[in-house]
Amino acid sequence: MVKRVVTGNYAAAFAAMLARVDVIAAYPITPQTFIVEHLSEFVNDGLLDSAFMRCESEHSAMSACVAASATGVRTYTATASQGLALMHEVLFIAGSAHLPVVMPVVNRTVAGPIGIWAEHNDTMPQRDTGWMQVYVEDNQEVMDMTIQAFKIAEDKRVLLPIMVCLDAFILSHTVEPVDFPDQDKVDKFLPPYRPDHAVLDPKDPMIIGSFSPPEYIQEVRYQTDETMRNALEVVEEVNAEWAKEFGRDYGGLIEEYKTEGADAILITLGTVTSTARDIVDEYRAAGKKVGLVKLRFFRPYPTEAIRKVASKCKAIGVYDRAVSFSAGGPSWIEARNALYGYTIPVINVLAGLGGRDVTEPDIRLMFDKVLEAAEKGEAENEIVWIGTRGVKP
Amino acid sequence: MDRHQGGETIGITIKTLPEEELFTSGHTACGGCGAPIVVRAAMKILGPNTVTYFPACCLLVFGGTYPHNAFKVPYLHVLFENSAICAAGIKQALNKQGKEDVNVVAFAGDGGTGDIGFQALSGAAERNEDILYICYDNEAYMNTGIQRSGSTPFGAWTTTTPAGTKIGGKELFKKDIPKIMMAHNVPYVATASVGHPADMLRKIEKAKNMKGFRYLQIFAPCPTGWRMDTAKTVEVAKKAVNSGMWTLFEMVDGVITLSVKPKMEPVDDYLKMQGRFRHLTDEQIKIIQGWAYKKNEMDLKFVEAFSEDKKE
Ligand SMILES: Cc1ncc(C[n+]2csc(CCOP(=O)(O)OP(=O)(O)O)c2C)c(N)n1
Ligand code: SF4
Ligand SMILES: [Mg+2]
Repeated sequence: MVKRVVTGNYAAAFAAMLARVDVIAAYPITPQTFIVEHLSEFVNDGLLDSAFMRCESEHSAMSACVAASATGVRTYTATASQGLALMHEVLFIAGSAHLPVVMPVVNRTVAGPIGIWAEHNDTMPQRDTGWMQVYVEDNQEVMDMTIQAFKIAEDKRVLLPIMVCLDAFILSHTVEPVDFPDQDKVDKFLPPYRPDHAVLDPKDPMIIGSFSPPEYIQEVRYQTDETMRNALEVVEEVNAEWAKEFGRDYGGLIEEYKTEGADAILITLGTVTSTARDIVDEYRAAGKKVGLVKLRFFRPYPTEAIRKVASKCKAIGVYDRAVSFSAGGPSWIEARNALYGYTIPVINVLAGLGGRDVTEPDIRLMFDKVLEAAEKGEAENEIVWIGTRGVKP
Repeated sequence: MDRHQGGETIGITIKTLPEEELFTSGHTACGGCGAPIVVRAAMKILGPNTVTYFPACCLLVFGGTYPHNAFKVPYLHVLFENSAICAAGIKQALNKQGKEDVNVVAFAGDGGTGDIGFQALSGAAERNEDILYICYDNEAYMNTGIQRSGSTPFGAWTTTTPAGTKIGGKELFKKDIPKIMMAHNVPYVATASVGHPADMLRKIEKAKNMKGFRYLQIFAPCPTGWRMDTAKTVEVAKKAVNSGMWTLFEMVDGVITLSVKPKMEPVDDYLKMQGRFRHLTDEQIKIIQGWAYKKNEMDLKFVEAFSEDKKE
């Protein structure tokens, strides 16, 4: 193992190399560009032996990954924001045909207005495409989860594509010390991909993507749903194996921080988690009973894990960096669905949209709102916009 | 610099066409459809060591609805507008596995090729992806019920260019996709027609044996959409060439040759065989005739400018 100080983008690109991907197809977009550039350098320096398709669009990059994956090889791409939106149509094919493409997505606001900073309104709308989504907190996790992503996606019980979601700039362009796993250990952890369900080969003709009548499609949907549910278990297994081999345990579907004895728990996702951890320490030191849950996987959604958390506290706040207009933040909507029948207040805190900084005072306010709800047993407002000009939180 | 190798043909003719059917009977194309003529012949020439791709188009549907299928080779369908890149993705992935000998072909309609699919097509051509791309041109979006495409000729009735009382059919001219493909400087670009089978077979075989990006656009009448006799597919296709409505040529490494010199017969006969032109006024027919003459004149100049003797 070697420790190097690198950006999230570098970690995402290097992880593809460690995973020995066969085909990469990509198109540059800020803030993902460095991933494509680093991969180009690896290929041109002879370090990475992949077919590297420098496509003319993200729609084509994803199409190339899907088509290549359908021949039975390991594929990788990366994108952000508008690029992911352009891929939308193709994403469904990977999910329904069980093609385990791995894709880091650098979360960036989707226009309009056009911006380049962190927001989750690019990945959240893709939740129903059949892709798994894991949200990460630091550059080490970018590296580790990109490698784990292949293992989870290629598991025979799952066979679904996966997005590794990292916040724009906060991770993509910021350097942090990262432990680089050894190649031979990664090779042992991640054996070559050898599928039998999707292999385009004239020696054993197979048709993938046939025009299908209603007699068959519903079963396809059921299978995607079923394998997505299977992934709940596989995520935990892979996390445990990773922890054993590489010494870093991420908790699997969610990570809990000081939830024991907490009255008020905040569920975060992405980089905001790190700041929230500090605030938990500060509040605990002051005798305030708060705890934190880092939601790692949004798909598959860890319903059971969230219920367990809810059964030990008095109120929950769910942080979102995206909004489903008139309905609330997507992570909150999901949590409330999971907690149907639970009587504790579950409030939504929205902050950091368009890449606005989510500061310590913002997070204190979030915890204060959840603490207040825990005390009263109800919340004044279910959806709280924090740090919005002209809007009282 | 020549971007390809190969291109040798053993001279497959209708008589020596392999007997093995890789695109079998039982497909559900309408009677007289030109597209399956193209696909059947191409599959015979390409042979069993082939992987194919189809976008959304008539072929995807008549080629087989799950669990039925007319193909004996593997095929992939992903979407409507990404045929060229999907074929390229397949090819690159097969190469990575050491299966370099497998032919990868995309068959697509004119809409999936020159309109919505053009970005992916142009990108794959620019990168000289090692695939064969065959567009069967039936001059409209047939699968969705005969809507106009960029390839629909002037005056033609379609459901989105109806023969109205104010406007009669399409007001714009057919987009010249083959010439746009030539501008990509790919190893091989050719036009062909189901009305000239010997020429078509030769071109498919030649394209098969070349490397790099190869583009073939094959004129394939659609009796259903063209409102014509299902027994006249080949005759109509022949007349298109003879009247200069469709020109047969090929470009190999920048050298363009005319395959069949247009006889420039009046367009009337060609138009009269098809209901899609039934509403045309004399004025409109004159416009079409003028277009054919002009196109022919330009084509001849073009062929002359890129002929073998002009290559230094
Ligand atoms: C993104 C998208 N837009 C529209 C369609 C609907 N659609 C399917 S096939 C087709 C027309 C196909 O026309 P063409 O490529 O010429 O093939 P043909 O049916 O004529 O053989 C259209 C518009 C689609 N499948 N996908
Ligand atoms: S509608 Fe036209 S192109 Fe489609 S199958 Fe029928 S004849 Fe062929
Ligand atoms: Mg068509």
